[in-house]
Amino acid sequence: MERPLTQNIKADGTYCTIDEYRRNGGYEAARKAVQEMESQQITQTVKDANLLGRGGAGFNTGMKWSFVNISNPNEQRYVIANGDEMEPGTFKDRLLLEGDPHQLIEGMIIAAKALKASQGFIFVRWAYKKAHQTIQKALDEAYQAGFLGKNIFGSNFSFDLHLHTSVGRYICGEETALINSLEGKRANPRAKPPFPQISGLFGKPTIVNNVETYCNIPHIIKNGPVWYKALSRSSEGGTKLYGVSGRVKNPGLWELPLGVTVRELLFDYAGGMQEGYKFRGLLPGGASTDFLVEEHLDTPMDFASVAKAGSRLGTGTMIVLDDQTCPVAFVHNLIRFFANESCGWCTPCREGLPWVEKILEKIERGEGTEKDIDILRFHTKYLAPGNTFCALAPGAMEPLQSALKYFIDDFNRHIHEKKCPWKK
Amino acid sequence: MLTEHEIKEIEKEIALYPVKSAACIEALKIVQQHRGWVADEQIKDIAQLLDMSYEEVDGVATFYNMIFRKPVGRNVIYVCNSVTCYMMGYESIYQKLSQKLGIQWGETTSDGRFTLLPNPCLGDCDHAPAMMINSDHYNRLTPDKLDEILEKYK
Ligand SMILES: Cc1cc2nc3c(=O)[nH]c(=O)nc-3n(C[C@H](O)[C@H](O)[C@H](O)COP(=O)(O)O)c2cc1C
Ligand code: SF4
Ligand code: FES
Repeated sequence: MERPLTQNIKADGTYCTIDEYRRNGGYEAARKAVQEMESQQITQTVKDANLLGRGGAGFNTGMKWSFVNISNPNEQRYVIANGDEMEPGTFKDRLLLEGDPHQLIEGMIIAAKALKASQGFIFVRWAYKKAHQTIQKALDEAYQAGFLGKNIFGSNFSFDLHLHTSVGRYICGEETALINSLEGKRANPRAKPPFPQISGLFGKPTIVNNVETYCNIPHIIKNGPVWYKALSRSSEGGTKLYGVSGRVKNPGLWELPLGVTVRELLFDYAGGMQEGYKFRGLLPGGASTDFLVEEHLDTPMDFASVAKAGSRLGTGTMIVLDDQTCPVAFVHNLIRFFANESCGWCTPCREGLPWVEKILEKIERGEGTEKDIDILRFHTKYLAPGNTFCALAPGAMEPLQSALKYFIDDFNRHIHEKKCPWKK
Repeated sequence: MLTEHEIKEIEKEIALYPVKSAACIEALKIVQQHRGWVADEQIKDIAQLLDMSYEEVDGVATFYNMIFRKPVGRNVIYVCNSVTCYMMGYESIYQKLSQKLGIQWGETTSDGRFTLLPNPCLGDCDHAPAMMINSDHYNRLTPDKLDEILEKYK
């Protein structure tokens, strides 16, 4: 099985230096893209590979790039890597940032050439201190080697790339909020349209892609779309970093063909449930995805199949709920996170999420009523996509609405027994 | 007053962007790095340096949870309180820390040695429960591991 994204990642936790990276064929794709390929040809290749964005929404990357107008040679354009990774349960970009920073840099050089962008930023969350160091070291190495800066690979193409380390807040991961943060502002999202591809950082055309998304690019350019698509078990191209956390025997992160099933991940890779714990359900791709349960175990973990099962692939890092964790407390923990992280810009989210949190806390305490369930259901509609300024609040409703579907008996037991059945 | 050193570092950041105010977050980070937190006076100084109003800079400073507008201890403990760490028992980690240090969330020990803060997912979910002290990650925590870890921080 080929594992292009993680092939250079070392078990000892040290990062892959530029020499090691080049020995394994690194920067050959960037050289080819910069010296031999036209911008449109790069974008078309990425589009043909059917690489879907790994940040959670699964939008076709080449398509996104094609929305940028590259005709004006004097206009400033930007490429940004989104390494905010604050979605609870998600720990995949961290591995790529810490273990193989040159792969990301190479992907961004190729993207910059495709978009004729002269400047880029790698936005990394506050907590990833080790990644700050490896990325900065790798940037220095790449500058020294002439792969960044003026006239890279001896061409007339110049590209500067900087590291930005964040100062907290989950909303920074939303691409327009991230752009505001890079501009030194509060990280409130912006109205869309205009999309960043038209008007992004400092009002200039900007592409924001996830770290894992960029890491795929060198391999697509080097080996072509046919090879890339064949890595996957589905029509969506490539491999994917999948993670499992919770009460499983072997929690972890694996690079696997897109479209392995939930069951394979849960049992073959994560080793099944720990002794004494039973499986109840899981969030397939981080905190803002709907629960999948027993009946969904054979669902392939690709964007289309997980959507068909009523959830989202999201970040592909699943959180497993076991029978000894109270589902109401589980959802309460998630909603508390979203309520804390609401940026406060729009009323439904700013007021609604704390309300939902209070209701869940009340039910968990054994003081809930049937009317409270109605209030929760009301919010899953009221905070649905389209009713709020960004996707944070609708994302928060996904685990709640599906918990109300699959675990409603557990909610009702709290109300009727006037206590949490899981509390001794 | 900002030190000459701080001003020099901030000016290096200003040079990266087309407008001065874009360096606002970096300026706050620089000041905090030198002083541990950002007081009103430095908000004023940064505002002046970046041609911004006091309120604008304070609006940015108070938005981000890693900019401290109040003094913190010499060491800051960030305990992950997100969902996987919840299932894997962060509450027992918090209880042990709280009991041992005699402080609750958001408080600082009277000797100024530790501040205890909750923090969302630290990206260590496959080794939960997790926490950070300053820049160091700790994972697969159990309450009895904490004594030894805390000893490293004076
Ligand atoms: C509240 C919120 C948080 C987000 N956090 C992240 C994040 O940490 N990393 C990320 O890549 N995308 C995140 N996204 C998605 C981004 O807005 C954007 O869609 C993504 O970076 C695009 O990259 P992709 O096309 O490569 O997936 C977030 C979205 C929302 C609404
Ligand atoms: S939905 Fe929430 S996070 Fe998004 S803009 Fe509105 S208040 Fe901010
Ligand atoms: S939930 Fe605690 S590290 Fe992710």
